[in-house]
Amino acid sequence: MAGQWEVVIGLETHAQLSTAAKIFSGASTAFGAAPNTQAAAVDIALPGVLPVLNRGAVERAIRFGLAVGATINERSVFARKNYFYPDLPKGYQISQFEIPVVSGGFVAIVSPTRGPIRIALTRAHLEEDAGKSLHEDFHGMTGIDLNRAGTPLLEIVTEPEMRSSDEAVAYARQLHALVQWVGICDGNMQEGSFRCDANVSVRREGEPLGTRCEIKNLNSFRFMQEAIEFEVRRQIALLEDGARVVQETRLYDPDKHETRSMRSKEDAQDYRYFPDPDLPPLVIDNNWITRVRESMPELPEAMKRRLVSQHGLTEYDATLLTANRALVDYYGQAVKALQAGDAQSNKLVANWVLGEFSAALHKVELDVAHAPVSAAQLAGLLKRVADGTISGKIAKDVFDAMWAGEAHGENAADTIIATRGLTQISDSGAIGKIVDDVLAANPAIVAEVKAGKERAFNSLVGKVMAASKGKANPAQVNAILKTKLS
Amino acid sequence: MSDVVTGTLAQVAAALRAKQLSSVELTRTVLARVDAAQGALNAFVTVDAEGALAQARAADTALARGNAPPLAGVPIAHKDVIMTAGLKTTCGSRMLSNFTAPYDAFVAEGLKNAGTVLIGKTNMDEFAMGSSNETSYFGAVRNPWNTEYVPGGSSGGSAAAVSARLVPGATGTDTGGSIRQPASLSGICGLKPTYGVCSRYGLIAFASSLDTPGMFARTAEDCGLMLNAMAGHDERDSTSLDRAREDYTRDLTVSLDGLRIGLPAEYFGSGIDPDVAAAVEAALAEFRRLGATTVDIALPNVNLSVPVYYVIAPAEASSNLSRFDGVRYGHRAEKYTDLMDMYKKSRAEGFGAEVKRRILVGTYVLSHGYYDAYYLKAQQVRRLIAGDFQRAYEKCDVIMGPTAPSPAFKIGAKTDDPVQMYLNDIFTVAGNLTGAPAMSIPCGFDRVGLPIGLQVQGNYFTEAKILNVAHRYQQATDWHQRAPRGTA
Repeated sequence: MAGQWEVVIGLETHAQLSTAAKIFSGASTAFGAAPNTQAAAVDIALPGVLPVLNRGAVERAIRFGLAVGATINERSVFARKNYFYPDLPKGYQISQFEIPVVSGGFVAIVSPTRGPIRIALTRAHLEEDAGKSLHEDFHGMTGIDLNRAGTPLLEIVTEPEMRSSDEAVAYARQLHALVQWVGICDGNMQEGSFRCDANVSVRREGEPLGTRCEIKNLNSFRFMQEAIEFEVRRQIALLEDGARVVQETRLYDPDKHETRSMRSKEDAQDYRYFPDPDLPPLVIDNNWITRVRESMPELPEAMKRRLVSQHGLTEYDATLLTANRALVDYYGQAVKALQAGDAQSNKLVANWVLGEFSAALHKVELDVAHAPVSAAQLAGLLKRVADGTISGKIAKDVFDAMWAGEAHGENAADTIIATRGLTQISDSGAIGKIVDDVLAANPAIVAEVKAGKERAFNSLVGKVMAASKGKANPAQVNAILKTKLS
Repeated sequence: MSDVVTGTLAQVAAALRAKQLSSVELTRTVLARVDAAQGALNAFVTVDAEGALAQARAADTALARGNAPPLAGVPIAHKDVIMTAGLKTTCGSRMLSNFTAPYDAFVAEGLKNAGTVLIGKTNMDEFAMGSSNETSYFGAVRNPWNTEYVPGGSSGGSAAAVSARLVPGATGTDTGGSIRQPASLSGICGLKPTYGVCSRYGLIAFASSLDTPGMFARTAEDCGLMLNAMAGHDERDSTSLDRAREDYTRDLTVSLDGLRIGLPAEYFGSGIDPDVAAAVEAALAEFRRLGATTVDIALPNVNLSVPVYYVIAPAEASSNLSRFDGVRYGHRAEKYTDLMDMYKKSRAEGFGAEVKRRILVGTYVLSHGYYDAYYLKAQQVRRLIAGDFQRAYEKCDVIMGPTAPSPAFKIGAKTDDPVQMYLNDIFTVAGNLTGAPAMSIPCGFDRVGLPIGLQVQGNYFTEAKILNVAHRYQQATDWHQRAPRGTA
């Protein structure tokens, strides 16, 4: 009996580098301009014009290489990839072929099945994007928009080391966060700033690699997951029927939830790569690398270790926080504003940032930068939780009110607590009076408690809290009830 | 007047500065002479009378004010591979026969800033591919010394225009000999500077690692004056060299006493026309009289230059010419069924036979499975050839030999035999493969009165030395003063 099917996935990701100008011309890279208004002579390939490398793109490639622990090659070579297409004005794309700017490195992920693993990178190379062919707007014709032509891309290629669609998505999410973390890519998948192609094959465990198919242009994590899962099912079905997988390029159709053939290997073009004679080899000396290293932010791994050892957070919370630089920055600002710094306070902030705050963001699909509650406002709220002014439960109402814009400024929480009269009741006399009233009104339940029913006690706590409109200090309510019932 | 119009570039500049005549007067005369010669020579593709007269008026104003740039009012012409803002720039091809350049090439800018008056654009082999100027979409250029003969190529129009004294100087480009070979066949000077000294920005690319802008003139001094205006660093060309400015005429008169001339055995073997061999020998004798010594040197790999060149140049060309696809500019077929048909027809109609041949060769040598055997091997041999020259320059200061193996041939004589045509470049291509400077200077005539050129090669950045060697020779000889019948 043959072994289990094993899935083998490698990813190629095109990350658009966040330079203001294109990689070989001075034209702007801004998204959404009128067609062909951001195409310089170099981008439309007028006769006689020549590419001049944008060093900002190289710097971003170096940043990436440092972030993934890769080798920054001292000398790399730009090559021409030759093919004809109307949105490729020169008839070739300038890319890197034999010697890329970045070799090796890895991205650490947490696999749902294998736990923490490292996905090895083969390489990352610089290249220019092509323009766009617009098939819809022109009756019987194709429009060409060269605004995107020459936009700098970093193509990041993994080894075939992922074993499930979950791992592929975990890698893609981690990479997506990382390129934004180190400030080289805005990560905007709708605008095509971060696009993945997946190479998928299956084999029986222990056997050599099977024939792979490449699925192009997966521009969301959900599509990636669906496309890979469809492709795996398709390939296994073929092989179990005794058929063969044909090496080909496939496109994912998100409407039909299936991949379909785009072109087979036989139709594959001979790109006739050769070193671009217009561009001398790219030389990156140690000084350049050192300068870039000095400008790097703390990397997620290092920050994670610091959050565990110095902030007293759990590994789990630290991992979640450092998956998103804006989020962990927000956490840091809130901790600072809270002015406590002990592990308990830090933990409280982390819980709120990862809990209420993240949930509120997701609900309305906002990013951290546009959150209506600032880190200082959140700290103001948590200060009142820490000093017992309000309970955690009331705090959630106050947070919702802040989010809805009920009060503004750093003291928004205090304003809301005051106007709504939410201050926690910690006066034992006041609580004792409420308890007496509740006991008097519920003799049957009191009898049950005295008969030893735990649940009946909780019911009384609930009634006291309700009678205080949630403001009674729950710990005191517990203690007073116990005393009076004993 | 007639003396000035056929004078050297230095003489014309001086006459204008001395107000012997105005630039407008001179330009009118030049335009008339260009017009009169066009039927016989076909040297020009475009003549810009209006633009030239406007530039001449501006030059006259500057000259009158006394703040004129060095070459104010001097008429020149550009090879039609050089982009000139607002003027048609055809590259000798149907593909670009209606293409108007939207900007100036770096070298065009430099000569404009130096005050020159652009008369027009000169005919050339299509996309600079040819050694006889017979591949032009606009018809062959004819040699002013005998119009049954070719002027050489690919910069044949510029060579003919300078040879016929229509303009004192003109630009050219040299990818495998396209300045030096036509200079030799047309009896004038042609200098290919070190690769990277003149920016390639605005040159319609043929073979990017070989293409070198340069110039034609009748004297070494004139070449130096033009180079002063054309050289310089340009950030728009990543292969342009960032070097201190220099005056290329500074060493013209330095004595040649002790100059060591290297003579490679490979340049004096069989296959050289006996009249060419005799003229070169006579020139070497003259140099010895001027104080130079000759030393035998070896360039063991230089005989591989032509095959190496005909791998690298077509490879780069096949890629460089991909942008001429009928999509954005240039020729597009009138009728086509789909995208692929549009590509095929536009390029089939837009390119001539020689261009197609080289695109095919280049595509082949870059193809999967052939790349290592052809392109990579050629690049390795290219480095060996460069090494040969570096070793040779330990023993000599300049290297001399014939520029071309024979004088001009008759129009049509070699059009059916591309390999014979390619062998015209046998002595010149090495200079492009190494990137070092080289020059052709007139050194005699063959038995039917066709000019012969001597090639002077030097190590990197020795333009001033090469011009010095050529200038001293021209002070001692009068070959460069001989003019084709009816031109002076």
